[in-house]
Amino acid sequence: MSATAATLPTETTHRRSAWSLLKSTGPAGIAAAAVIAIATLVAIFGSLVAPFDPTTSDLSLSWVAPTGGHLLGFDGQGRDLLSRLLAGARTSLLGPLAVVILCMLAGTILAVTAAWRRGAVDAAISSGLDIMFAFPGILLAVLAAAVFGAGLLAAAIALAIAYTPYVARVLRGAALKERSQQYVSALEVQGASATSICMRHLIPNMLPLIVAQSTILFGYAMVDLAAISFLGLGVQPPNPDWGVMISENQPGIFQGYPLSALLPGLCIVLVVVAFNVLGERLFEQAQKARQ
Amino acid sequence: MSASIPAGATATAQSRTDAPLLEVDGLTVHLPVEGAQRDVLRDVSFGIRAGEALGLVGESGSGKSMTARAIDRLLPDGAEVEGAIRFEGRDVGTLAGADLRAFRGRVAMIFQDPRAHVNPVRRIGDFMTEALRTNLGVPTSTAERRAVHMLAQVGIDDGERRLRQYPHELSGGLLQRVMIAAALLTEPRLLLADEPTTALDVTTQAEVMAILHDLRREFDLAMLFITHDLELAAAVCDRTVVMYAGQIVEVRSSALLHGDPLHPYTAALAAARPDIGQTSRRLRAIPGRPLSAFEAPPGECAFAPRCPHVVDECRAGVPDIVELDGGRSRCVRARELRGRLGVSSDG
Amino acid sequence: MAEAAPVLEVSGLRKEFGELVAVDDVSFRVPAAGSLAIVGESGSGKTTVAKMIVGLERPTAGTIVACGNDRSKPARSTSDRRRRGGEVQIVFQDPYSSLDPRQTVEATLDEILRMHHGWPKDRRRQRVLELTELVGLDARQTRALPRGLSGGQRQRVAIARALAAEPRVLILDESVAALDVSIQAQVLNLLADIRDETSVSFVLISHDLAVVRQLAEETIVMWRGRVVERGATSRVLDEPQDDYTKQLRASVPRPGWKPQRRLVAAADEEG
Repeated sequence: MSATAATLPTETTHRRSAWSLLKSTGPAGIAAAAVIAIATLVAIFGSLVAPFDPTTSDLSLSWVAPTGGHLLGFDGQGRDLLSRLLAGARTSLLGPLAVVILCMLAGTILAVTAAWRRGAVDAAISSGLDIMFAFPGILLAVLAAAVFGAGLLAAAIALAIAYTPYVARVLRGAALKERSQQYVSALEVQGASATSICMRHLIPNMLPLIVAQSTILFGYAMVDLAAISFLGLGVQPPNPDWGVMISENQPGIFQGYPLSALLPGLCIVLVVVAFNVLGERLFEQAQKARQ
Repeated sequence: MSASIPAGATATAQSRTDAPLLEVDGLTVHLPVEGAQRDVLRDVSFGIRAGEALGLVGESGSGKSMTARAIDRLLPDGAEVEGAIRFEGRDVGTLAGADLRAFRGRVAMIFQDPRAHVNPVRRIGDFMTEALRTNLGVPTSTAERRAVHMLAQVGIDDGERRLRQYPHELSGGLLQRVMIAAALLTEPRLLLADEPTTALDVTTQAEVMAILHDLRREFDLAMLFITHDLELAAAVCDRTVVMYAGQIVEVRSSALLHGDPLHPYTAALAAARPDIGQTSRRLRAIPGRPLSAFEAPPGECAFAPRCPHVVDECRAGVPDIVELDGGRSRCVRARELRGRLGVSSDG
Repeated sequence: MAEAAPVLEVSGLRKEFGELVAVDDVSFRVPAAGSLAIVGESGSGKTTVAKMIVGLERPTAGTIVACGNDRSKPARSTSDRRRRGGEVQIVFQDPYSSLDPRQTVEATLDEILRMHHGWPKDRRRQRVLELTELVGLDARQTRALPRGLSGGQRQRVAIARALAAEPRVLILDESVAALDVSIQAQVLNLLADIRDETSVSFVLISHDLAVVRQLAEETIVMWRGRVVERGATSRVLDEPQDDYTKQLRASVPRPGWKPQRRLVAAADEEG
């Protein structure tokens, strides 16, 4: 009963709007959100906006520097670099999105089930997760490519499986904490079903953590998928994809034409950093608001 | 209540009977709260004599814990302090380095939740002897012997075994007794006790209070006893200070506190408590809720919005402290209401 | 005086956690519109008894009958659980975790009403207003999130939520222990008012003897899982028979009190 600031009731009586939450993340957070928004727009409309056909190839124009309407020049196969970057955004962002959706779903279900049932069910799920931890993402993706053939879908599913134990482990802690709150017991005594408590109360109260995890995982998935495509096991050339572009244009670095390999790399870095920054800030803000 | 001088007490600059051991003078503290600097303590002044037990009573926002922290130099970052705190004649705020460590040896503090103040991965023995070994250079075996002896004083007989245990192996009551023993090892002159028994069972509380009473007499230890429990403070302390919204509203000898309080808040607080001896139809509840210093309406008596004896004059300005019958009251109507506030009189 | 059947009857209740016997042969009954206090300290088993009554713990042995329905075994179906929720409700101790931080008071109460009654929206809104008025919350507080409310206000919401199910028995598990003295008095008065208006029965779990005196007509004292004394509250407190009860009574601070080192060891004082 000491005189701490926490005893003062705050003015806010309504849940914050998304916009005010975003504003509270500061200039870095807003900049990151802007980058993500632009990347999303490019992913959706990129191929429409691209000035040239990203797949038209003219070998005589290989590695040519920016000239005329070709603002970034040409890649090793004589294709317009800018158009390929714009068109490549789609698979570069869609892939990680699929991974994040899959692993967050699986991870949340496992974590909440383990936390709600506790006891033997929790032990069984935790052991299962421990086994899954043994398989690194890239390894699973290589296996998937060997079994199902190279391609984005198989790689994405493989990564989702590899990420699930991390998600479940982190969320399980938050779920356990939430489950031990007295309002959950109060709802149980009222006669609410486990499902309705988990869906309506438990998971919404874990939302800050879920959102933060998603943004961070998006970054990791993007890098891992780019690496997989770089290895030739994900998106196949000649499809524009930032990971593939790094791979295809790698020889250009040694020949003195680094632009076509570096620019897709830069795009990846920019988007991944933006996701990380936004994710961290959102999480911080949500934690503060919770106090 | 005069205290006898124990053998070996170091001669200090002031005489024992007159100058207070601890003097808090106009203490005002501002803390950063949600971006702005806000008052949490306003003009707090009191003294504790050697060997005296002073109770500090208040509800949420009263500032009682903050006062103890200010004395022990444990305020959070960003705190601004005005006024002075003097211990054995020296200004506590200016102490640094070795002086500060020596001060901490002479003023010990125990807290409400002992587990939050002890390292769970260190043994009890390590924790207890640390101050002796590090600050006073006492060899480990001697420190441990003293620790075992002190544990026996707090009623823990198998001291050697306890020294080797970890905090989680002890119950809350036991751990609190260990904390008291640890606090007393450096032979402090003053014990700051911040709600030490609030989290304990009432029978354990009685035992801990009995232990504190015995130890205080044996070591001539002064105590600042912080609690929300008016009855407890009045029962175990010589004098009681009542705080509200970061200010002192009453200082009174404990024997007179219930029968003849000097401030309407003290009377209301006592009356709000259910009586263990009889059931009453309804309790005399105080409307509204207790405020922090920065929530209180400025420029008037902080208790005015909730006071049953409020008049216009109460809102004219923050009331000054009035000396009355050996006690003090921050009420403009203190003299007028004298004798009419007691629990025995009907409200 | 037992013409009507008791709303709550507990018989031979026992709970074991592995080797530890937390509750041992506890029996009591609560009449309609009655009030019973279960007094004890840590390790007494009183909270475990409360949890078994509301179904958060499963008894190892013994029976619990509320409103004529046996609830000694866990509920079989959701509708069964719901029905039990309409018989016995509970208000917990901690105001800071007893409300979903993302739900306004309105939404919290509305959810409970939807769960128990198939009423249309208007009727529910009306009832939410009645409940908030009953517990002394104003319009602003009703629209607020928990973080906009003080501890005392949150406990009022918890009480309103429990009453929304229209239970016959309300278990108060140290429900005022975490509140400031002046707020505690308000809430105790509120609870007394509610009993007058709705004839709900109280089971008060508490270690605070003064609060027990104020709110409960009958008392049982628990120590290390067993009932050591029972009777009218005034008799138990004024003329305790059992040694533990005497010690408990003697430990309450009052003017002139001289704390004594204990005679009967506490349940948790080993290690």
